[in-house]
Amino acid sequence: MTSLKSFVKFDKVDKSYDGKILVVKDLNLDINEGEFITMLGPSGSGKTTCLMMLAGFETPTNGEIYLDSKPISRIPPHKRGIGMVFQNYALFPHLTVYENLAFPLKVRKFSKDEIDKKVDKALATVSLSGFEKRMPNQLSGGQQQRVAVARSLVFDPQLVLMDEPLGALDKNLRESMQYEIKHIHENIGVTVVYVTHDQSEALTMSSRIAVFNDGKVQQLSSPDKLYEEPVNSFVAEFIGENNTFTGEVIDISAGKCKVKLASGAEIISNPIRVKSKGEKTKVSLRPERAIIDPDEKMENKHKGKIEEIIYHGDHARVRLNLLGNKEFILKIPNSSARMDIKQGNEISVGWKSHDARALDAKSI
Amino acid sequence: MSSETQKILTTDGIPLEVSLKKVERRNKFKAFLLVAPLLLFLLIVYISPIIGMLFNSVDDRMVTNALPKTFIAMEKWDGKDLPSEEVFEAFYIDFQKLIEEERDGKLSTQLNYEKNGFKSIIKKLRRKSKSFEEGNYKEQIMAVHERWANVEYWRAIKRRAPAYSYSKYLKGVDMYQNESGRFVQVEEDRRIYKKLWVRTLKIAFYVTLFCFLMAYPIAHLLATLPLKYSNLLMICVLLPFWTSLLVRTASWMILLQQQGVINDFLVWIGLVADDKRLVMMYNETGTYIAMTQILLPFMVLPLYSVMKTISPSLVRAGKSLGGTPFITFWKVYFPLTIPGIGAGSLLVFILAIGYYITPELVGGASGTLISNQIAYHMKYTLDWSFASAMGLMLLTGVLAVYWVYNKLVGIDNIKLG
Ligand SMILES: Nc1ncnc2c1ncn2[C@@H]1O[C@H](COP(=O)(O)OP(=O)(O)OP(=O)(O)O)[C@@H](O)[C@H]1O
Ligand SMILES: [Mg+2]
Repeated sequence: MTSLKSFVKFDKVDKSYDGKILVVKDLNLDINEGEFITMLGPSGSGKTTCLMMLAGFETPTNGEIYLDSKPISRIPPHKRGIGMVFQNYALFPHLTVYENLAFPLKVRKFSKDEIDKKVDKALATVSLSGFEKRMPNQLSGGQQQRVAVARSLVFDPQLVLMDEPLGALDKNLRESMQYEIKHIHENIGVTVVYVTHDQSEALTMSSRIAVFNDGKVQQLSSPDKLYEEPVNSFVAEFIGENNTFTGEVIDISAGKCKVKLASGAEIISNPIRVKSKGEKTKVSLRPERAIIDPDEKMENKHKGKIEEIIYHGDHARVRLNLLGNKEFILKIPNSSARMDIKQGNEISVGWKSHDARALDAKSI
Repeated sequence: MSSETQKILTTDGIPLEVSLKKVERRNKFKAFLLVAPLLLFLLIVYISPIIGMLFNSVDDRMVTNALPKTFIAMEKWDGKDLPSEEVFEAFYIDFQKLIEEERDGKLSTQLNYEKNGFKSIIKKLRRKSKSFEEGNYKEQIMAVHERWANVEYWRAIKRRAPAYSYSKYLKGVDMYQNESGRFVQVEEDRRIYKKLWVRTLKIAFYVTLFCFLMAYPIAHLLATLPLKYSNLLMICVLLPFWTSLLVRTASWMILLQQQGVINDFLVWIGLVADDKRLVMMYNETGTYIAMTQILLPFMVLPLYSVMKTISPSLVRAGKSLGGTPFITFWKVYFPLTIPGIGAGSLLVFILAIGYYITPELVGGASGTLISNQIAYHMKYTLDWSFASAMGLMLLTGVLAVYWVYNKLVGIDNIKLG
């Protein structure tokens, strides 16, 4: 993204709750105006903490956050104008759905007519028209979540933070809500910081994704880059399906390296995180980049035994025992009805050295 | 429910409903056996005294039985002028019998409750009546003391004729039923109870208010502080519970008296002149201070238990939506604490309205409550039926408060923890 101005900026932010453990470490993050940034990461990796610091409910232990180029620590939470969907919805239990949505409008002194109009519209976008008079505890989890989303958007904030806003929805509703949120984002140009556990949600909705682990952003890039070009083995293993080979670099030259595996086999890979001979590495290969019966020119060509075939409707996953990796996965489209793909058969698999990314040896 | 046409049977052919009931009956019986001791205990120590009290407060058979002939003779008396010779004679006969049975003392006590001045004239009559001659009792009795010739005293006797009466209740609100059956107030200078009721309600109300004002921030702190601090604070709040009520009240006496710690301190820092020490005890002030402190935990605990359940993210949500800290407090936090406020206020008010020891010790004349008056009648005048009547009025008052509260807030909105 090459927007001119960074709307939100985390500058060397550290956060510790207890003075012993840093739950956010040296976080640097630039979010542009109108961007849809998703924070993705395992539970406890500090995503909510980041949102809380941005919203003003936790203070950074060190570093500064800038909102619109102004240091945020001087602005009290209620003046930041940030809409927020809390992980536990945080609907006001004593107020009706209408009153919940009207709350931010009332404190902004909108007229009754305007409030009615805005609330109607917001409820319509989350398809909850007619629920105005319900109390939050008379709604299902998913409905509450949608009310929370509507409430965070009803006062047209410039920045919306959403902490797993669709976690409790079923697949269909979730998809239609993803579409709605995306739609709202595009229409009104609001900047969204979104937290989710759902990779496909992150990949489909975001302009950029920040992968969190251990209080650190492991990689921040667009969805396609994140998937195609993970910069370390955590990201490679966390996003999408991944085949890995652990080994040691025995030869390295421009753009290529030779990795010797425990089984003795050697594979040619793309050195991303390795620089010199003798380094331990994990080679990552996306299942769809491995090809059955490769032609002679392919740099990597190996034989593996089919251990299992898992039917997935439109495609099948084939689990191979390849070069000592018993969990090697291949994806085969359903149309290719090949006779020799049967459990116990041996097939030949190959891939380009460019697609086999030699990353760091750390495991999750 | 199964319909007639489609009765569901269990495997052994008994209708499902019947066997369900059978099983449940056994369970219910077992459950009842478990609570039976408590029920019995409640019945004996709680319900039966109240019933006894109710009976006591209207029971007036003592006088009725003491003067049977007199009251029969009085039936024809219109109550305007002095009664006829017939009544006097009947009274003389009844009275002689009482002297024989040595019950005249009790009668004099009872009549004295009704009207002051009976005690001495009955004593005198007892002495003089030994030498009475037969006939013309009216003259002889009237000659004993001039009050015997005063129609007011005979009216007072007649008022005690019914075996059951609610006169004690009237007395409790400074009223009585006059000769023509109308309810009238007692003379201005003898109205004491109404004032006392009003004061009791007023003190209970203000004590509740003060408790609320002080407990709210404490409870909020308790609910939001990190555990290690909140535990310490909780101990401070509960400390009064571990100290005897009497000790606490006594320590207030040490603090509040004119030569007490607080006054000494104020004089020492020069805020108060030595000859103008504040009077903080033996008046309403003392009652307010001591009762507020003693009843504070009853407000803190329900509030705390409610505040503990309010998720901090609600307040955060309020702020993130643009509410100032005050608006967020007033529109989000405060409404959610109402069940706790209700429970605490009800508890404190009901306890305060019947408080006894503390006002007795630090209240003085202007700081005592209705319960002190009840105790006074139990211990000193021995007018138990009046004490019972006032006790029941107090109980009714409490129930009324409870009822009003239920109407306003709803009792299921209450949260005690
Ligand atoms: N108020 C707090 N006090 C102390 N530690 C906390 C507090 N809130 C969070 N933590 C710790 O900080 C770390 C990060 O928590 P955070 O809530 O940011 O995780 P998260 O990424 O949002 O996880 P999830 O996906 O499960 O919501 C966790 O280890 C958590 O235990
Ligand atoms: Mg979280």
